[in-house]
Amino acid sequence: MLLGGVLVITRKNPVHSALALIVTLLAQASIYLMLYAPFVAGVQIILYAGGIMVLFLFVIMLVSIDRSVRERQFNSQWVVGMIAATALGGLLIAVYTKGTSIFPDRALSIVEGDNTQQVATMLYGQYMFAFEIASLLLLVAIIGAVVMAKKRI
Amino acid sequence: MAPIIQYIESYLGSNQTPGGAGNMFWALVYILLVFVGLSVAVIAMNWLERKILAHMQVRLGPMRVGPHGLLQPIADALKLLLKEDIMPAEADAALFWVAPFVVVLAAFTVFVVVPFGPTHAITDMNIGILFMLGVSSLSVLGIVMAGWASNSHYPLIGALRSSAQMVSYEVAMGLAVVSAVLMTSLNPTGTGTLSMIGIVQAQLAQGEWFIFKFFPLGLTAFFIFAVAMVAETNRAPFDLAEAESELTAGFHTEYSGFRWSLFFLAEYSAMIAVSSIAVTLWLGGWLRPFPNLLDGSTWDLVFSLFPGAAFIFLAAMCFFNAARMPKHPFFRIQTIGLAGFGAVLGLIGLVLLIPGVRVRVQDIFWFAAKVAAFMYLYIWYRGTFPRYRFDQLMKMGWKVLLPLGLAVLILTASVALLQEKIWHP
Repeated sequence: MLLGGVLVITRKNPVHSALALIVTLLAQASIYLMLYAPFVAGVQIILYAGGIMVLFLFVIMLVSIDRSVRERQFNSQWVVGMIAATALGGLLIAVYTKGTSIFPDRALSIVEGDNTQQVATMLYGQYMFAFEIASLLLLVAIIGAVVMAKKRI
Repeated sequence: MAPIIQYIESYLGSNQTPGGAGNMFWALVYILLVFVGLSVAVIAMNWLERKILAHMQVRLGPMRVGPHGLLQPIADALKLLLKEDIMPAEADAALFWVAPFVVVLAAFTVFVVVPFGPTHAITDMNIGILFMLGVSSLSVLGIVMAGWASNSHYPLIGALRSSAQMVSYEVAMGLAVVSAVLMTSLNPTGTGTLSMIGIVQAQLAQGEWFIFKFFPLGLTAFFIFAVAMVAETNRAPFDLAEAESELTAGFHTEYSGFRWSLFFLAEYSAMIAVSSIAVTLWLGGWLRPFPNLLDGSTWDLVFSLFPGAAFIFLAAMCFFNAARMPKHPFFRIQTIGLAGFGAVLGLIGLVLLIPGVRVRVQDIFWFAAKVAAFMYLYIWYRGTFPRYRFDQLMKMGWKVLLPLGLAVLILTASVALLQEKIWHP
């Protein structure tokens, strides 16, 4: 996963970056599997790697790449970058060492077979309102895309 | 030595898949068997497609290479292996090399969960159907990579069209699959499940194949899936992206020799994979026809004779055609070859009549027979339907199949709820 992430930001060719992102997302799906959440892993592969990244690749391939491949890669803001990365790393280390109360004591003994049922129960039971709001958000996004792409309304 | 043998034998009595039982040796054996079976099936599909298409077009097809063209796929494979491996000049070498592998990987990994019987699967994930849909959607990425890496406009347009079509029909496929999975939760005991073996066992417990359930909802969902799966695998009549008269050959134009054969292998494996999804979800998987209507030990016996009888029938056809061969000395080798092939088929048929073998092979045979029926349908569609234009294709995917899938899903859910609460509480 780390290798994929590093490749995403260092490759000159945007298609290679998109493919490295796909590798990263597949690695993320396997992390979900290791956390005993097979349903989330499966849905991650279907939606993210198989749907969203395909659309990313469409756009990247239809836009001319020659210019961007030949662009000189620069990192003249490396000072600010280092400060931000150090701050984030310090925050992560602080949470890991001081905030032990938010991490579970031992590996959770979740039954792996129940993941689909539990996600469904929570999503359609307790968080139903948020689910509907999210679908409304997606509807707004679709309408916006159609309006922007149509030639005549 | 003894612990190894004990490890191998510890699985033999269990009623789980090798993956479920955690037995690596048998899992590897099953993987090898599935791989070999799939390769044989792809070779047979190649021959069958050319012969059946030819007979539908009132001509004979390949007749020269072996008796009735039976060795034609081997000749094709040899030709593809010996062809020069070309890479276009400005092509992206890494992507060009990786793309066929990604497509083949996605097409073959899907078979890990395909159930050939109640314990005859490599493993049985409890997200089985989700895994199959997800991994088969990774093949879209391979096609996009192939089209882009060829650095030429025909493959690029072909790849983009092909992947747009596959992504659109995945939505309709998903809706049809969801309405079938919904029906698994109507068991008298137990809950709904996403696992492939669980879906077939739900059909067994409810006493009817899901294609006939809540008539006509099961049938409509099956129809949506049947259309979407043909579009998903880029086969006629949805093969605009790879048809010769339209885009020279679409995304695999610049591939030659072994790389092209990998795409070809992946296409046929994907066809077999989505057909097995359709068979598992709607046609009752490995169950023999009429498991509840014609039950009892005599009907079990009759239906268990089918595998052996099928092979003996094929052997009889081989002998009949060998007798009909021209009596010219040039045809002697072909006649002997055909008769030998018929003898082999007859021996397999006789072996399949042994009671011990009969019981174990039954499930696999019925599953394979149903998938073979789907393969015949694929070839029939190719010989019968004219090609969809690309905008007609996309219009059908989004404007016809998607609303129909939504309607089937809502109606299935409502009827299921009615059944649960009001009719049989």
